[in-house]
Amino acid sequence: MAYDSSRPIFRQIIDDFQKQLVRGELKQGDKIPSQREYAEKARINPNTVQRAYREMETMHMVETLRGKGTYITVSEQMLADIKFNLAQKILDYFIREMESLGYDYARMIKLLHSEQDQRRVENQDD
Amino acid sequence: MIEFKNVSKRFGTTVALDQVNFKFEQGKITGLFGPNGAGKSTSIKMIAGLNRADSGEVTVDGKAPRISRANIAYLPEIDHLYPWMTIKQAARFTSTFYADWDEAKYNELLNFLNLHPKMKIGKISKGQRAKTKLLLTVSRRAPYLLMDEPLSGIDILTREDIIDAIIKDYREGEQTIIISTHEIAEVERLVDEVVFLDNGRVKLSGSAEELRAERGQSLVETMKEAFRYVNQ
Repeated sequence: MAYDSSRPIFRQIIDDFQKQLVRGELKQGDKIPSQREYAEKARINPNTVQRAYREMETMHMVETLRGKGTYITVSEQMLADIKFNLAQKILDYFIREMESLGYDYARMIKLLHSEQDQRRVENQDD
Repeated sequence: MIEFKNVSKRFGTTVALDQVNFKFEQGKITGLFGPNGAGKSTSIKMIAGLNRADSGEVTVDGKAPRISRANIAYLPEIDHLYPWMTIKQAARFTSTFYADWDEAKYNELLNFLNLHPKMKIGKISKGQRAKTKLLLTVSRRAPYLLMDEPLSGIDILTREDIIDAIIKDYREGEQTIIISTHEIAEVERLVDEVVFLDNGRVKLSGSAEELRAERGQSLVETMKEAFRYVNQ
């Protein structure tokens, strides 16, 4: 994964795990890399990785069993929340950028509808 | 913890450090950044007990650096190794000075860095010499590790090897590392704390993650901005 140096790295580590959960690449009970493995592979300060893992433990996203490893413990409800939060972030970004281009909500919605129609037509052609 | 209290140092008419105050927190990796002549090497040498402050005080765990020397591993910027020695001889030589020399760690890192004990220091490449310096410094189990420009003048792949070795070797929460460099981009993800020095003064300091969160910028951008601002 590529990290963006202009945002807190520990946040990006958590985001990365959350995206993997939402996409179904990681699920309840899966083992994730140890902090050390993660730090060495991603070339990140082990203290930063430790902070991300601690935060995920506090959120009850993962659980670390001494001597065994760190496992995903996400519930259905939490997964739904994570998905919603990620969607919200993308939406915030979309709205902010569109507004900066001068689009109001009505025009954004109109654009989304026409995009949907356009894609429908394209899919029918396939 | 390493602390500088109102530290000043001059070399002739040149002011190297001008009433500097900062702390290097225990168990953190701190990047000491700044252009050439900012005072990075002078600061590191003071912690290593190799030069003294004209005024003010530098302490390591509350004591004078000279007293804490056994706890400090120092990687100097200059080529300090004897060219006629092999890596193995240099390792033997270094290990006799320090009780915390860790032979197992030396062997592991030797391998990891693709070095060979029979290589002659005078005959290996600059990159290999840089790796040898790192090897000999971190093969000690010192709680404080000072590295003065460990990446300067080295190719990108060797830099990555060096950073990988630092991460591999690092003991979370235990070891305190100070790295001086002007290659900030290379160590963005390696440092917990940063101190930006310019003309012997602290321009900016803080947690790397907090600076990113506050400014939405990389450390490189933050440093550029800090210097642009002061130079106006």
